[in-house]
Amino acid sequence: MRLKQNIYEKEEILKRKKWAKRRETFSLDMMVLPGMLILFIFNYVPMIWLVIAFKDYNPNLGVFGSPWNGLENFKFFFTSQDAARVIGNTLKYSVTFLILDTICSVGLALMFFNLRSRKALKFYNTVVILPKFLSAVIIAFIVYIILNPSYGLLNQVIVALGGNSINWYTEAEYWPVILTVTHIWQTVGMNCIIQYAALMSLDESLLEAARLDGASKWQETWHVVIPHLIPVIIICTILSIGNLFQGDFGLFYQTPKDVGLLYPTTDVINTYTYRALRNGSFEKSTAVGLFQSIMGCILVIVTNKIVQKNSPENSLF
Amino acid sequence: MRKKMKKNRGQIILHAIFLLMVLVYIIPFVLVISVSLTDENALITDGYRLIPSVFSTNAYKMIFRDSTQLINSYRTTIIFTVVSTALAVLVMGVMAYPMSRPNYRHNRFVSLFVLFTMLFSAGMVPSYLLIVKYLHWDDTMWVYIVPGLVSAYNLIVIRTNYKNLPNEMIEAAKIDGAGELRICFRIVMPLSKPVLASIGFLFLVGKWNNWQTSMLYIRKPELYSLQYMLQRILQEVQYMKQLADMGQLESGAVFPTESFRYAMAVVAAGPVLCVFPFFQKYFAKGMTLGGVKG
Repeated sequence: MRLKQNIYEKEEILKRKKWAKRRETFSLDMMVLPGMLILFIFNYVPMIWLVIAFKDYNPNLGVFGSPWNGLENFKFFFTSQDAARVIGNTLKYSVTFLILDTICSVGLALMFFNLRSRKALKFYNTVVILPKFLSAVIIAFIVYIILNPSYGLLNQVIVALGGNSINWYTEAEYWPVILTVTHIWQTVGMNCIIQYAALMSLDESLLEAARLDGASKWQETWHVVIPHLIPVIIICTILSIGNLFQGDFGLFYQTPKDVGLLYPTTDVINTYTYRALRNGSFEKSTAVGLFQSIMGCILVIVTNKIVQKNSPENSLF
Repeated sequence: MRKKMKKNRGQIILHAIFLLMVLVYIIPFVLVISVSLTDENALITDGYRLIPSVFSTNAYKMIFRDSTQLINSYRTTIIFTVVSTALAVLVMGVMAYPMSRPNYRHNRFVSLFVLFTMLFSAGMVPSYLLIVKYLHWDDTMWVYIVPGLVSAYNLIVIRTNYKNLPNEMIEAAKIDGAGELRICFRIVMPLSKPVLASIGFLFLVGKWNNWQTSMLYIRKPELYSLQYMLQRILQEVQYMKQLADMGQLESGAVFPTESFRYAMAVVAAGPVLCVFPFFQKYFAKGMTLGGVKG
């Protein structure tokens, strides 16, 4: 009799636990739902329209009524002269930015780390971070104020030193340098915050131990501080490698002011697709966009695989 | 003694490098403000100077004489910036909580769902077609507010921070009978103020600086965002004159093309730069990045 009751009670408790667990899962589900819906609608649903990349799009027939044309749109892009130029430019800039971003942000973070005055640190930090809060438009204004052919600061300096003023907005050869400098100037302050935050979690006793062993400042940095940063550097690199084929649209569209003469060195895939979209060739623009996404996806997965193999604790997923 | 000297020398070199950097960062700002405050004729004869050769506030007078477009753009920008930032922090702050719970049943599915959006995107045209052809959100405020509200990167940063909170606290609250939503709002989110403030601020800056949305989806001038209006001023002298012509020019006055541009830039960029100091204390604390692994 008693035994039976015991079993009954146990079942009851189990049941209650199960219900509590279900209720918990349900409320957690509800908390995830709004965000999932937004992601679903704006990141997943648009994928339906990727079919347009394989169609001869005719606005009157609509996306789904237009006839298929296989890989024609891709062929059109890859056999055009533009393809080599825009893909080449995009990759050149992305790789340069990736390498310089890492070097500059780690360097700056180390400089902040070694600064003893807290007040000075806060001041310098605020100053270098400011450009990150300016829009691409304002950045374009600032570049223009320096490079303006007749009134700009740079030409004034060149003339004062006895040189001839240069018409920056018609000479494509200078733009790789101009855009790289602008990019670093704008982003290094913010990028270094992530590295610096990682340095804050560095165990002081490790540094002390190194000092006791007679390590110099450089040895300390090289053997203790930088290894501590490796995981963050790896994650940042994986994330930017996924964007190798993308590039910062604002920088490349606004700063050279969309001047045709500068396209040889400033036109990247994103500015090219934007112009295609503006001219109404939706299908070509979509095809190029799809190519970019697929390449980005492959690059991230491959890099992650490589990292997983060599140091599994640092991989992204 | 010698060691101390050496250390101080290191610090001095460091400060010297930093001061040089400060100059490189400050000069463009000074230049923009200076040009906006220089007399137009002086600009044409002397070029842009770090200190105005002939001081004049004409450009600002011009802007504020007839400022319909400026006020409209300000209003539009402030509304969508504030509303979307508040929504983004709320939605992502709540969504990251279940993702940070190790025993949440659908954790793996949700994480993969989020992660995939980071790996693959449909691109510009498909989003354009969705918004224009199916939602008919062109020329509305919605297009500024809803798309892009949730981003994988931000979610991961927030979740990583939630995970670092002591688990015992959440368990204790549960034993006291608090529901999940309550725990999230009353315990987890208040304790994660640094990360939420940092993410919120970055989101706010991103929205304030938005010009692409107007370029793609907005044709009504009263719904132009501030930065888009600015872009048109930079690229089309004609547009700028048209803006200024609405407030009648005094006869014989020179239209201050160059200084007008930069005065507009100051008026548009100023507010965000002034907000930053309030958020700064959260920054280094909030931006710790971790892996995506569940």
